[in-house]
Amino acid sequence: MKATLKDKAASFSFVLPALIIFSLFYIYPFIYSFILSLTNYNMIGKFNLRESFVGLQNFKDIASDGDWWKAMYNGAFITFWALSFQNILALMLALSISQVVRMNKFYRVVFFILPILSEIVIGLLLRRLMLSEPTGHDILNHIVNNLGLGFLAQDWISGERVRLITALVHCWKGFGWAFVIFLAGLQAIPEQLYEAARIDGANAWQSFRKITLPLLMPVITLIMVITIIGTMSAFAMILALNQGAGGETTVPIMIIYNHLGTGLAGLACAEGLVLGVTLILISFTMFFVSKKVRKKYGLLPD
Amino acid sequence: MACCQTKKIVTLIILHTFLLSVALSCIFPFLWMVNASFKTNTEFNSDYGLKPASSLLLDNYNQVIIKSGFWRYFVNSLIYTFTTVILIVFISSLAAYSFSRLQFPGKNIIFYMFLAAMMIPLPAGFVPVYVLLQQLGLLNRTGYVLAMSNMGLSISIYLLKTFFDQIPRDLEDTAKIDGCNKIQTWWHVGMPLVTPALGVVIIFNALNVWNEFILASMIFVEKKFMPLQAALLQYSGEQITNHVLIMTALTVTALPIIVLYIFMQKQFIKGITAGATLK
Repeated sequence: MKATLKDKAASFSFVLPALIIFSLFYIYPFIYSFILSLTNYNMIGKFNLRESFVGLQNFKDIASDGDWWKAMYNGAFITFWALSFQNILALMLALSISQVVRMNKFYRVVFFILPILSEIVIGLLLRRLMLSEPTGHDILNHIVNNLGLGFLAQDWISGERVRLITALVHCWKGFGWAFVIFLAGLQAIPEQLYEAARIDGANAWQSFRKITLPLLMPVITLIMVITIIGTMSAFAMILALNQGAGGETTVPIMIIYNHLGTGLAGLACAEGLVLGVTLILISFTMFFVSKKVRKKYGLLPD
Repeated sequence: MACCQTKKIVTLIILHTFLLSVALSCIFPFLWMVNASFKTNTEFNSDYGLKPASSLLLDNYNQVIIKSGFWRYFVNSLIYTFTTVILIVFISSLAAYSFSRLQFPGKNIIFYMFLAAMMIPLPAGFVPVYVLLQQLGLLNRTGYVLAMSNMGLSISIYLLKTFFDQIPRDLEDTAKIDGCNKIQTWWHVGMPLVTPALGVVIIFNALNVWNEFILASMIFVEKKFMPLQAALLQYSGEQITNHVLIMTALTVTALPIIVLYIFMQKQFIKGITAGATLK
Protein backbone atom coordinates (compact mmCIF):
# COMPACT_ATOMS: atom_id res chain seq x y z
CA MET A 1 0.00 0.00 0.00
CA LYS A 2 2.84 2.31 0.86
CA ALA A 3 4.52 1.57 -2.44
CA THR A 4 1.43 2.58 -4.40
CA LEU A 5 1.19 5.85 -2.53
CA LYS A 6 4.77 6.62 -3.41
CA ASP A 7 4.00 5.53 -6.92
CA LYS A 8 1.04 7.89 -7.15
CA ALA A 9 3.12 10.73 -5.78
CA ALA A 10 5.76 10.08 -8.42
CA SER A 11 3.11 10.11 -11.14
CA PHE A 12 1.61 13.29 -9.78
CA SER A 13 4.98 15.01 -9.78
CA PHE A 14 4.95 14.77 -13.61
CA VAL A 15 1.99 17.15 -13.69
CA LEU A 16 3.26 19.39 -10.93
CA PRO A 17 5.32 21.90 -12.98
CA ALA A 18 2.44 22.38 -15.41
CA LEU A 19 -0.01 22.73 -12.54
CA ILE A 20 2.11 25.35 -10.77
CA ILE A 21 2.53 27.54 -13.85
CA PHE A 22 -1.12 27.07 -14.77
CA SER A 23 -2.39 27.99 -11.29
CA LEU A 24 -0.12 30.99 -11.06
CA PHE A 25 -0.71 32.42 -14.53
CA TYR A 26 -4.19 31.22 -15.41
CA ILE A 27 -6.37 30.24 -12.46
CA TYR A 28 -5.14 32.89 -10.06
CA PRO A 29 -5.38 35.78 -12.55
CA PHE A 30 -8.77 34.45 -13.64
CA ILE A 31 -10.18 34.73 -10.11
CA TYR A 32 -8.13 37.82 -9.41
CA SER A 33 -9.65 39.69 -12.33
CA PHE A 34 -13.15 39.29 -10.85
CA ILE A 35 -11.92 40.84 -7.61
CA LEU A 36 -9.89 43.56 -9.34
CA SER A 37 -12.87 44.52 -11.48
CA LEU A 38 -14.71 45.58 -8.31
CA THR A 39 -11.94 47.97 -7.26
CA ASN A 40 -10.33 51.17 -8.44
CA TYR A 41 -6.82 49.77 -7.90
CA ASN A 42 -4.38 51.95 -9.84
CA MET A 43 -1.21 49.84 -9.49
CA ILE A 44 0.40 52.27 -7.06
CA GLY A 45 1.35 50.60 -3.82
CA LYS A 46 0.09 47.31 -2.50
CA PHE A 47 -3.33 46.03 -3.46
CA ASN A 48 -5.77 46.54 -0.60
CA LEU A 49 -9.29 45.28 -1.25
CA ARG A 50 -10.95 47.23 1.56
CA GLU A 51 -9.50 50.57 0.51
CA SER A 52 -9.98 50.23 -3.20
CA PHE A 53 -13.36 48.46 -3.26
CA VAL A 54 -15.90 50.39 -5.35
CA GLY A 55 -18.55 47.74 -5.97
CA LEU A 56 -20.00 47.73 -9.46
CA GLN A 57 -18.87 51.27 -10.22
CA ASN A 58 -16.50 50.13 -13.01
CA PHE A 59 -19.31 48.30 -14.78
CA LYS A 60 -21.59 51.33 -14.44
CA ASP A 61 -18.80 53.47 -15.92
CA ILE A 62 -18.38 51.05 -18.81
CA ALA A 63 -22.12 51.00 -19.49
CA SER A 64 -22.14 54.77 -19.90
CA ASP A 65 -18.76 55.02 -21.65
CA GLY A 66 -19.41 56.09 -25.24
CA ASP A 67 -15.82 55.36 -26.31
CA TRP A 68 -16.08 51.77 -25.11
CA TRP A 69 -19.29 51.08 -27.03
CA LYS A 70 -17.88 52.83 -30.09
CA ALA A 71 -14.92 50.44 -29.83
CA MET A 72 -17.26 47.48 -29.47
CA TYR A 73 -19.09 48.71 -32.58
CA ASN A 74 -15.79 49.06 -34.47
CA GLY A 75 -14.79 45.55 -33.41
CA ALA A 76 -18.18 44.20 -34.50
CA PHE A 77 -17.86 46.04 -37.82
CA ILE A 78 -14.45 44.47 -38.53
CA THR A 79 -15.78 41.09 -37.35
CA PHE A 80 -18.71 41.38 -39.76
CA TRP A 81 -16.31 41.85 -42.68
CA ALA A 82 -14.06 39.05 -41.47
CA LEU A 83 -17.05 36.70 -41.17
CA SER A 84 -18.42 37.53 -44.57
CA PHE A 85 -15.70 38.75 -46.91
CA GLN A 86 -12.67 36.99 -45.43
CA ASN A 87 -14.33 33.61 -44.98
CA ILE A 88 -16.18 33.60 -48.29
CA LEU A 89 -12.93 34.54 -50.02
CA ALA A 90 -11.16 31.71 -48.16
CA LEU A 91 -13.86 29.22 -49.15
CA MET A 92 -13.76 30.36 -52.78
CA LEU A 93 -9.98 30.00 -52.83
CA ALA A 94 -10.19 26.54 -51.28
CA LEU A 95 -12.82 25.47 -53.82
CA SER A 96 -10.81 26.92 -56.71
CA ILE A 97 -7.54 25.37 -55.67
CA SER A 98 -9.04 21.90 -55.52
CA GLN A 99 -9.84 22.30 -59.24
CA VAL A 100 -6.36 23.25 -60.44
CA VAL A 101 -3.30 21.04 -60.65
CA ARG A 102 -0.72 23.42 -62.05
CA MET A 103 0.84 25.82 -59.50
CA ASN A 104 -1.31 24.25 -56.82
CA LYS A 105 1.54 24.07 -54.34
CA PHE A 106 2.70 27.60 -55.10
CA TYR A 107 -0.72 29.03 -54.24
CA ARG A 108 -0.91 27.08 -51.01
CA VAL A 109 2.50 28.25 -49.87
CA VAL A 110 1.80 31.88 -50.74
CA PHE A 111 -1.64 32.04 -49.12
CA PHE A 112 -0.14 31.01 -45.84
CA ILE A 113 2.64 33.61 -45.62
CA LEU A 114 0.45 36.27 -44.02
CA PRO A 115 -0.88 34.22 -41.07
CA ILE A 116 2.62 33.32 -39.89
CA LEU A 117 3.78 36.94 -39.73
CA SER A 118 3.11 39.15 -36.75
CA GLU A 119 0.35 41.73 -36.61
CA ILE A 120 2.95 44.43 -36.03
CA VAL A 121 4.89 43.55 -39.19
CA ILE A 122 1.73 43.51 -41.34
CA GLY A 123 0.40 46.70 -39.76
CA LEU A 124 3.64 48.66 -40.16
CA LEU A 125 4.28 47.41 -43.68
CA LEU A 126 0.83 48.47 -44.86
CA ARG A 127 1.09 51.72 -42.92
CA ARG A 128 4.17 52.64 -44.93
CA LEU A 129 2.49 51.50 -48.13
CA MET A 130 -0.61 53.58 -47.45
CA LEU A 131 1.08 56.55 -45.85
CA SER A 132 0.66 59.88 -47.56
CA GLU A 133 2.28 62.04 -44.92
CA PRO A 134 4.59 63.54 -43.82
CA THR A 135 6.87 63.11 -46.82
CA GLY A 136 4.04 63.91 -49.19
CA HIS A 137 4.50 60.59 -50.91
CA ASP A 138 1.29 58.75 -51.64
CA ILE A 139 2.75 55.39 -52.52
CA LEU A 140 -0.46 53.39 -52.73
CA ASN A 141 -2.26 56.24 -54.47
CA HIS A 142 0.57 56.37 -56.99
CA ILE A 143 0.21 52.63 -57.65
CA VAL A 144 -3.57 52.85 -57.83
CA ASN A 145 -3.36 55.74 -60.30
CA ASN A 146 -0.88 53.89 -62.48
CA LEU A 147 -3.14 50.86 -62.58
CA GLY A 148 -5.92 53.08 -63.92
CA LEU A 149 -7.92 52.82 -60.73
CA GLY A 150 -7.61 56.50 -59.86
CA PHE A 151 -11.11 56.63 -58.39
CA LEU A 152 -9.78 54.54 -55.48
CA ALA A 153 -7.14 57.08 -54.50
CA GLN A 154 -7.82 58.41 -50.99
CA ASP A 155 -6.38 59.01 -47.55
CA TRP A 156 -5.92 55.37 -46.55
CA ILE A 157 -5.00 55.63 -42.89
CA SER A 158 -7.04 58.53 -41.58
CA GLY A 159 -9.68 59.25 -44.20
CA GLU A 160 -13.39 58.72 -43.94
CA ARG A 161 -13.27 55.12 -45.16
CA VAL A 162 -10.53 54.12 -42.68
CA ARG A 163 -12.77 51.68 -40.78
CA LEU A 164 -13.59 49.74 -43.91
CA ILE A 165 -9.95 49.77 -45.03
CA THR A 166 -8.81 48.47 -41.64
CA ALA A 167 -11.40 45.70 -41.85
CA LEU A 168 -10.16 44.74 -45.32
CA VAL A 169 -6.53 44.69 -44.17
CA HIS A 170 -7.61 42.44 -41.31
CA CYS A 171 -9.35 40.11 -43.79
CA TRP A 172 -6.27 40.12 -46.00
CA LYS A 173 -4.06 39.08 -43.12
CA GLY A 174 -6.50 36.42 -41.89
CA PHE A 175 -7.90 34.65 -44.93
CA GLY A 176 -4.93 32.25 -45.06
CA TRP A 177 -5.73 30.13 -42.05
CA ALA A 178 -9.44 29.98 -42.87
CA PHE A 179 -8.35 28.80 -46.31
CA VAL A 180 -6.22 25.99 -44.84
CA ILE A 181 -9.02 24.80 -42.55
CA PHE A 182 -11.58 24.94 -45.38
CA LEU A 183 -9.22 22.97 -47.59
CA ALA A 184 -8.81 20.26 -44.94
CA GLY A 185 -12.60 20.17 -44.55
CA LEU A 186 -13.12 19.82 -48.31
CA GLN A 187 -10.60 17.01 -48.57
CA ALA A 188 -12.43 15.10 -45.85
CA ILE A 189 -15.57 14.89 -48.02
CA PRO A 190 -15.62 11.48 -49.78
CA GLU A 191 -15.21 11.70 -53.56
CA GLN A 192 -17.89 9.00 -54.11
CA LEU A 193 -20.61 11.39 -52.99
CA TYR A 194 -19.81 13.74 -55.86
CA GLU A 195 -19.62 10.85 -58.32
CA ALA A 196 -23.00 9.54 -57.20
CA ALA A 197 -24.47 13.03 -57.55
CA ARG A 198 -23.01 13.37 -61.05
CA ILE A 199 -24.53 10.06 -62.11
CA ASP A 200 -27.86 11.26 -60.76
CA GLY A 201 -27.50 14.31 -63.01
CA ALA A 202 -26.66 16.96 -60.45
CA ASN A 203 -24.87 20.07 -61.73
CA ALA A 204 -21.96 21.76 -59.96
CA TRP A 205 -24.14 24.18 -58.02
CA GLN A 206 -26.46 21.39 -56.85
CA SER A 207 -23.60 19.24 -55.58
CA PHE A 208 -22.14 22.26 -53.80
CA ARG A 209 -25.49 23.12 -52.25
CA LYS A 210 -26.49 19.57 -51.31
CA ILE A 211 -23.14 17.91 -50.52
CA THR A 212 -20.32 20.36 -49.88
CA LEU A 213 -22.19 22.94 -47.84
CA PRO A 214 -24.00 20.63 -45.38
CA LEU A 215 -20.93 18.43 -44.86
CA LEU A 216 -18.82 21.54 -44.31
CA MET A 217 -21.18 22.88 -41.63
CA PRO A 218 -19.02 21.82 -38.63
CA VAL A 219 -15.94 23.41 -40.24
CA ILE A 220 -17.89 26.57 -41.04
CA THR A 221 -19.09 26.87 -37.45
CA LEU A 222 -15.58 26.37 -36.16
CA ILE A 223 -14.17 28.99 -38.50
CA MET A 224 -16.91 31.44 -37.58
CA VAL A 225 -16.29 31.03 -33.86
CA ILE A 226 -12.52 31.45 -34.26
CA THR A 227 -13.06 34.43 -36.54
CA ILE A 228 -15.27 36.18 -34.00
CA ILE A 229 -12.93 35.54 -31.07
CA GLY A 230 -9.82 36.29 -33.12
CA THR A 231 -11.16 39.51 -34.60
CA MET A 232 -12.59 40.88 -31.39
CA SER A 233 -9.21 40.27 -29.71
CA ALA A 234 -7.19 41.74 -32.60
CA PHE A 235 -5.43 44.93 -31.78
CA ALA A 236 -1.70 45.08 -32.55
CA MET A 237 -2.25 45.24 -36.32
CA ILE A 238 -4.59 48.21 -35.93
CA LEU A 239 -2.25 49.92 -33.48
CA ALA A 240 0.57 49.62 -35.99
CA LEU A 241 -1.57 50.55 -38.98
CA ASN A 242 -3.36 53.69 -37.83
CA GLN A 243 -3.30 53.85 -34.01
CA GLY A 244 -7.10 53.78 -33.87
CA ALA A 245 -7.48 56.65 -36.38
CA GLY A 246 -8.85 59.00 -33.74
CA GLY A 247 -11.51 56.59 -32.49
CA GLU A 248 -12.68 55.41 -35.91
CA THR A 249 -10.84 52.09 -35.65
CA THR A 250 -10.31 51.85 -31.89
CA VAL A 251 -11.12 48.30 -30.80
CA PRO A 252 -11.97 47.08 -27.26
CA ILE A 253 -8.54 45.57 -26.56
CA MET A 254 -6.93 48.89 -27.50
CA ILE A 255 -8.98 50.67 -24.84
CA ILE A 256 -8.12 47.99 -22.26
CA TYR A 257 -4.44 48.22 -23.22
CA ASN A 258 -4.42 52.01 -22.86
CA HIS A 259 -6.26 51.92 -19.53
CA LEU A 260 -3.85 49.35 -18.15
CA GLY A 261 -0.94 51.40 -19.47
CA THR A 262 -2.15 54.40 -17.47
CA GLY A 263 -2.55 52.25 -14.36
CA LEU A 264 -6.34 51.82 -14.35
CA ALA A 265 -6.08 48.11 -13.57
CA GLY A 266 -9.54 47.77 -11.98
CA LEU A 267 -11.32 49.35 -14.92
CA ALA A 268 -9.24 47.40 -17.43
CA CYS A 269 -10.18 44.12 -15.68
CA ALA A 270 -13.87 45.02 -15.73
CA GLU A 271 -13.65 45.82 -19.44
CA GLY A 272 -11.85 42.54 -20.06
CA LEU A 273 -14.65 40.68 -18.29
CA VAL A 274 -17.35 42.43 -20.31
CA LEU A 275 -15.56 41.52 -23.54
CA GLY A 276 -14.77 37.95 -22.44
CA VAL A 277 -18.33 37.17 -21.34
CA THR A 278 -19.69 38.61 -24.60
CA LEU A 279 -17.38 36.38 -26.63
CA ILE A 280 -18.21 33.27 -24.59
CA LEU A 281 -21.94 33.90 -25.05
CA ILE A 282 -21.48 34.37 -28.79
CA SER A 283 -19.44 31.20 -29.25
CA PHE A 284 -21.89 29.09 -27.25
CA THR A 285 -24.78 30.48 -29.29
CA MET A 286 -22.91 29.66 -32.47
CA PHE A 287 -22.31 26.05 -31.48
CA PHE A 288 -25.95 25.73 -30.43
CA VAL A 289 -27.22 27.14 -33.72
CA SER A 290 -24.86 24.95 -35.72
CA LYS A 291 -26.10 21.86 -33.89
CA LYS A 292 -29.66 22.81 -34.85
CA VAL A 293 -28.62 23.29 -38.46
CA ARG A 294 -26.82 19.98 -38.58
CA LYS A 295 -29.85 18.25 -37.09
CA LYS A 296 -32.00 19.81 -39.77
CA TYR A 297 -29.69 18.47 -42.47
CA GLY A 298 -29.77 15.09 -40.77
CA LEU A 299 -26.07 15.04 -40.07
CA LEU A 300 -26.39 14.20 -36.41
CA PRO A 301 -27.58 10.84 -35.18
CA ASP A 302 -30.93 11.34 -33.40
CA MET B 1 -16.16 17.50 -77.52
CA ALA B 2 -14.34 20.60 -78.68
CA CYS B 3 -16.84 22.75 -76.86
CA CYS B 4 -16.22 20.91 -73.59
CA GLN B 5 -12.52 21.39 -74.05
CA THR B 6 -12.86 25.16 -74.51
CA LYS B 7 -15.21 25.39 -71.56
CA LYS B 8 -12.65 23.61 -69.42
CA ILE B 9 -9.87 25.92 -70.53
CA VAL B 10 -11.96 29.03 -69.90
CA THR B 11 -12.79 27.75 -66.39
CA LEU B 12 -9.12 27.12 -65.72
CA ILE B 13 -8.16 30.59 -66.91
CA ILE B 14 -10.77 32.17 -64.65
CA LEU B 15 -9.62 30.07 -61.67
CA HIS B 16 -5.96 30.86 -62.24
CA THR B 17 -6.65 34.58 -62.66
CA PHE B 18 -8.51 34.59 -59.36
CA LEU B 19 -5.88 32.56 -57.49
CA LEU B 20 -2.98 34.43 -59.04
CA SER B 21 -4.35 37.89 -58.25
CA VAL B 22 -4.84 36.96 -54.59
CA ALA B 23 -1.38 35.37 -54.50
CA LEU B 24 0.18 38.51 -56.00
CA SER B 25 -1.52 40.69 -53.42
CA CYS B 26 0.18 38.55 -50.76
CA ILE B 27 3.62 38.66 -52.35
CA PHE B 28 3.82 42.21 -53.66
CA PRO B 29 4.13 44.09 -50.32
CA PHE B 30 7.00 41.84 -49.28
CA LEU B 31 8.87 42.21 -52.57
CA TRP B 32 8.40 45.95 -52.22
CA MET B 33 9.66 45.79 -48.63
CA VAL B 34 12.83 43.83 -49.45
CA ASN B 35 13.46 45.91 -52.56
CA ALA B 36 13.11 49.20 -50.67
CA SER B 37 15.49 48.00 -47.96
CA PHE B 38 18.32 48.16 -50.52
CA LYS B 39 17.61 51.74 -51.55
CA THR B 40 18.69 55.11 -50.24
CA ASN B 41 15.94 57.30 -48.91
CA THR B 42 16.38 59.77 -51.79
CA GLU B 43 16.09 56.96 -54.30
CA PHE B 44 12.96 55.71 -52.52
CA ASN B 45 11.39 59.14 -52.52
CA SER B 46 11.82 59.50 -56.26
CA ASP B 47 10.51 56.09 -57.39
CA TYR B 48 8.34 55.05 -54.41
CA GLY B 49 10.48 51.97 -54.02
CA LEU B 50 8.77 50.46 -57.05
CA LYS B 51 11.76 50.20 -59.38
CA PRO B 52 14.19 47.35 -58.75
CA ALA B 53 17.10 48.37 -56.53
CA SER B 54 20.13 49.19 -58.67
CA SER B 55 22.63 47.62 -56.30
CA LEU B 56 22.64 45.58 -53.12
CA LEU B 57 23.18 48.59 -50.90
CA LEU B 58 23.78 47.31 -47.38
CA ASP B 59 24.01 50.71 -45.66
CA ASN B 60 20.46 50.40 -44.33
CA TYR B 61 21.21 47.01 -42.81
CA ASN B 62 24.31 48.39 -41.17
CA GLN B 63 22.28 51.31 -39.84
CA VAL B 64 19.36 49.17 -38.57
CA ILE B 65 21.15 46.11 -37.27
CA ILE B 66 24.30 47.66 -35.81
CA LYS B 67 23.64 51.35 -35.13
CA SER B 68 19.97 51.15 -34.18
CA GLY B 69 20.61 48.00 -32.18
CA PHE B 70 18.29 45.59 -33.93
CA TRP B 71 20.82 42.80 -33.39
CA ARG B 72 20.01 43.16 -29.71
CA TYR B 73 16.24 42.96 -30.23
CA PHE B 74 16.77 40.00 -32.50
CA VAL B 75 18.83 38.23 -29.85
CA ASN B 76 16.23 39.13 -27.21
CA SER B 77 13.46 37.64 -29.34
CA LEU B 78 15.57 34.53 -29.88
CA ILE B 79 16.21 34.17 -26.14
CA TYR B 80 12.55 34.63 -25.15
CA THR B 81 11.39 32.26 -27.87
CA PHE B 82 14.00 29.63 -27.14
CA THR B 83 13.56 29.56 -23.36
CA THR B 84 9.78 29.61 -23.55
CA VAL B 85 9.67 26.79 -26.07
CA ILE B 86 12.12 24.65 -24.07
CA LEU B 87 10.07 25.20 -20.91
CA ILE B 88 6.81 24.35 -22.67
CA VAL B 89 8.23 21.24 -24.31
CA PHE B 90 9.46 19.82 -21.02
CA ILE B 91 6.55 20.82 -18.84
CA SER B 92 3.84 19.88 -21.32
CA SER B 93 5.35 16.56 -22.38
CA LEU B 94 5.79 15.50 -18.75
CA ALA B 95 2.17 16.39 -18.02
CA ALA B 96 0.87 14.85 -21.25
CA TYR B 97 2.77 11.63 -20.61
CA SER B 98 1.36 11.46 -17.14
CA PHE B 99 -2.22 12.12 -18.32
CA SER B 100 -1.87 9.42 -20.94
CA ARG B 101 0.04 6.72 -19.07
CA LEU B 102 0.17 7.17 -15.32
CA GLN B 103 -2.40 6.91 -12.56
CA PHE B 104 -2.93 9.36 -9.74
CA PRO B 105 -5.95 10.75 -7.91
CA GLY B 106 -7.60 13.78 -9.50
CA LYS B 107 -6.06 13.04 -12.90
CA ASN B 108 -9.22 13.58 -14.92
CA ILE B 109 -10.25 16.73 -13.11
CA ILE B 110 -6.85 18.32 -13.70
CA PHE B 111 -6.89 17.31 -17.35
CA TYR B 112 -10.35 18.77 -17.91
CA MET B 113 -9.19 21.96 -16.25
CA PHE B 114 -6.45 22.36 -18.86
CA LEU B 115 -8.99 21.49 -21.56
CA ALA B 116 -11.42 24.12 -20.32
CA ALA B 117 -8.65 26.73 -20.31
CA MET B 118 -8.10 25.96 -23.97
CA MET B 119 -11.77 26.51 -24.83
CA ILE B 120 -12.55 29.66 -22.88
CA PRO B 121 -11.43 32.81 -24.66
CA LEU B 122 -9.68 35.31 -22.41
CA PRO B 123 -9.09 38.19 -24.79
CA ALA B 124 -7.94 40.49 -21.99
CA GLY B 125 -6.12 37.86 -19.95
CA PHE B 126 -3.01 40.01 -20.09
CA VAL B 127 -4.51 42.51 -17.62
CA PRO B 128 -4.55 40.36 -14.45
CA VAL B 129 -1.30 38.67 -15.51
CA TYR B 130 0.40 42.05 -15.79
CA VAL B 131 -0.92 43.16 -12.37
CA LEU B 132 0.21 39.86 -10.88
CA LEU B 133 3.70 40.15 -12.35
CA GLN B 134 3.97 43.68 -11.03
CA GLN B 135 3.05 42.56 -7.52
CA LEU B 136 5.45 39.64 -7.62
CA GLY B 137 8.22 41.98 -8.79
CA LEU B 138 8.47 39.93 -11.96
CA LEU B 139 8.15 42.67 -14.57
CA ASN B 140 11.30 41.33 -16.19
CA ARG B 141 12.52 38.61 -18.51
CA THR B 142 11.77 35.78 -16.06
CA GLY B 143 8.20 36.94 -15.59
CA TYR B 144 7.70 37.33 -19.32
CA VAL B 145 8.99 33.85 -20.12
CA LEU B 146 6.89 32.27 -17.35
CA ALA B 147 3.72 34.06 -18.47
CA MET B 148 4.36 33.15 -22.10
CA SER B 149 4.98 29.50 -21.14
CA ASN B 150 1.52 29.40 -19.65
CA MET B 151 -0.05 30.73 -22.86
CA GLY B 152 0.93 27.71 -24.91
CA LEU B 153 0.70 25.13 -22.16
CA SER B 154 -2.87 23.82 -22.38
CA ILE B 155 -2.86 23.32 -26.10
CA SER B 156 0.57 21.66 -26.08
CA ILE B 157 -0.50 19.26 -23.34
CA TYR B 158 -3.64 18.41 -25.29
CA LEU B 159 -1.74 17.83 -28.56
CA LEU B 160 0.90 15.65 -26.93
CA LYS B 161 -1.61 13.68 -24.88
CA THR B 162 -3.65 12.73 -27.95
CA PHE B 163 -0.40 11.69 -29.60
CA PHE B 164 0.73 9.60 -26.62
CA ASP B 165 -2.70 7.96 -26.57
CA GLN B 166 -2.22 6.76 -30.15
CA ILE B 167 1.10 4.98 -29.69
CA PRO B 168 1.22 1.40 -28.35
CA ARG B 169 2.46 0.82 -24.83
CA ASP B 170 4.51 -2.30 -25.58
CA LEU B 171 7.83 -0.49 -25.74
CA GLU B 172 7.28 1.19 -22.42
CA ASP B 173 6.30 -2.11 -20.82
CA THR B 174 9.54 -3.59 -22.06
CA ALA B 175 11.47 -0.65 -20.66
CA LYS B 176 9.74 -1.11 -17.32
CA ILE B 177 10.70 -4.79 -17.23
CA ASP B 178 14.27 -3.78 -18.05
CA GLY B 179 14.24 -1.67 -14.92
CA CYS B 180 13.66 1.86 -16.23
CA ASN B 181 11.92 4.15 -13.79
CA LYS B 182 9.15 6.51 -14.89
CA ILE B 183 11.36 9.45 -15.74
CA GLN B 184 13.70 7.26 -17.76
CA THR B 185 10.80 5.66 -19.61
CA TRP B 186 9.34 9.09 -20.42
CA TRP B 187 12.63 10.46 -21.69
CA HIS B 188 14.10 7.43 -23.50
CA VAL B 189 10.96 5.73 -24.79
CA GLY B 190 8.04 8.15 -24.73
CA MET B 191 9.70 11.30 -26.06
CA PRO B 192 11.33 9.77 -29.17
CA LEU B 193 7.94 8.35 -30.18
CA VAL B 194 6.18 11.71 -30.16
CA THR B 195 8.79 13.65 -32.16
CA PRO B 196 6.31 14.53 -34.94
CA ALA B 197 3.92 16.07 -32.40
CA LEU B 198 6.83 17.84 -30.71
CA GLY B 199 7.61 19.52 -34.03
CA VAL B 200 4.09 20.96 -34.15
CA VAL B 201 4.27 22.04 -30.51
CA ILE B 202 7.62 23.74 -31.06
CA ILE B 203 6.56 25.67 -34.15
CA PHE B 204 3.20 26.70 -32.76
CA ASN B 205 4.75 28.06 -29.57
CA ALA B 206 7.81 29.57 -31.23
CA LEU B 207 5.64 31.60 -33.60
CA ASN B 208 3.42 32.60 -30.72
CA VAL B 209 6.30 34.03 -28.71
CA TRP B 210 8.16 35.51 -31.68
CA ASN B 211 5.01 37.39 -32.76
CA GLU B 212 3.74 38.32 -29.27
CA PHE B 213 3.37 42.04 -28.72
CA ILE B 214 0.97 43.08 -25.93
CA LEU B 215 2.68 41.68 -22.85
CA ALA B 216 6.18 42.36 -24.21
CA SER B 217 5.39 46.00 -24.90
CA MET B 218 4.05 46.46 -21.36
CA ILE B 219 6.80 44.62 -19.52
CA PHE B 220 9.90 45.77 -21.37
CA VAL B 221 10.10 49.53 -21.01
CA GLU B 222 13.87 49.50 -21.22
CA LYS B 223 15.10 49.26 -24.79
CA LYS B 224 17.81 46.74 -24.15
CA PHE B 225 15.29 44.07 -23.11
CA MET B 226 12.78 44.66 -25.91
CA PRO B 227 11.97 41.87 -28.35
CA LEU B 228 11.60 42.66 -32.05
CA GLN B 229 7.85 43.37 -32.20
CA ALA B 230 7.91 45.99 -29.46
CA ALA B 231 11.11 47.52 -30.81
CA LEU B 232 9.66 47.71 -34.33
CA LEU B 233 6.68 49.77 -33.27
CA GLN B 234 8.87 52.16 -31.33
CA TYR B 235 11.36 52.43 -34.21
CA SER B 236 8.55 53.26 -36.62
CA GLY B 237 7.59 56.13 -34.35
CA GLU B 238 11.19 57.38 -34.30
CA GLN B 239 11.79 57.10 -38.05
CA ILE B 240 8.66 58.77 -39.33
CA THR B 241 10.15 60.02 -42.59
CA ASN B 242 12.80 57.41 -43.21
CA HIS B 243 10.85 54.67 -44.99
CA VAL B 244 13.83 52.62 -46.11
CA LEU B 245 15.05 52.08 -42.55
CA ILE B 246 11.62 50.79 -41.51
CA MET B 247 11.55 48.50 -44.55
CA THR B 248 14.95 47.16 -43.50
CA ALA B 249 13.84 46.61 -39.91
CA LEU B 250 10.68 44.85 -41.15
CA THR B 251 12.79 42.67 -43.44
CA VAL B 252 15.08 41.74 -40.56
CA THR B 253 12.02 40.67 -38.55
CA ALA B 254 9.92 38.98 -41.22
CA LEU B 255 12.37 37.42 -43.67
CA PRO B 256 13.86 34.77 -41.33
CA ILE B 257 10.32 33.56 -40.56
CA ILE B 258 9.35 33.48 -44.24
CA VAL B 259 12.51 31.57 -45.19
CA LEU B 260 12.04 29.11 -42.34
CA TYR B 261 8.43 28.66 -43.39
CA ILE B 262 9.35 27.91 -47.00
CA PHE B 263 11.67 25.14 -45.84
CA MET B 264 9.26 23.70 -43.27
CA GLN B 265 5.81 24.37 -44.74
CA LYS B 266 4.14 21.22 -43.49
CA GLN B 267 5.14 21.73 -39.89
CA PHE B 268 4.17 25.41 -40.01
CA ILE B 269 0.73 24.71 -41.45
CA LYS B 270 0.12 21.95 -38.91
CA GLY B 271 1.38 24.17 -36.12
CA ILE B 272 -0.88 27.07 -37.04
CA THR B 273 -3.99 25.05 -37.77
CA ALA B 274 -3.52 22.98 -34.62
CA GLY B 275 -3.52 26.24 -32.74
CA ALA B 276 -6.48 27.62 -34.62
CA THR B 277 -8.68 24.58 -34.51
CA LEU B 278 -8.19 23.85 -30.84
CA LYS B 279 -8.47 27.32 -29.41
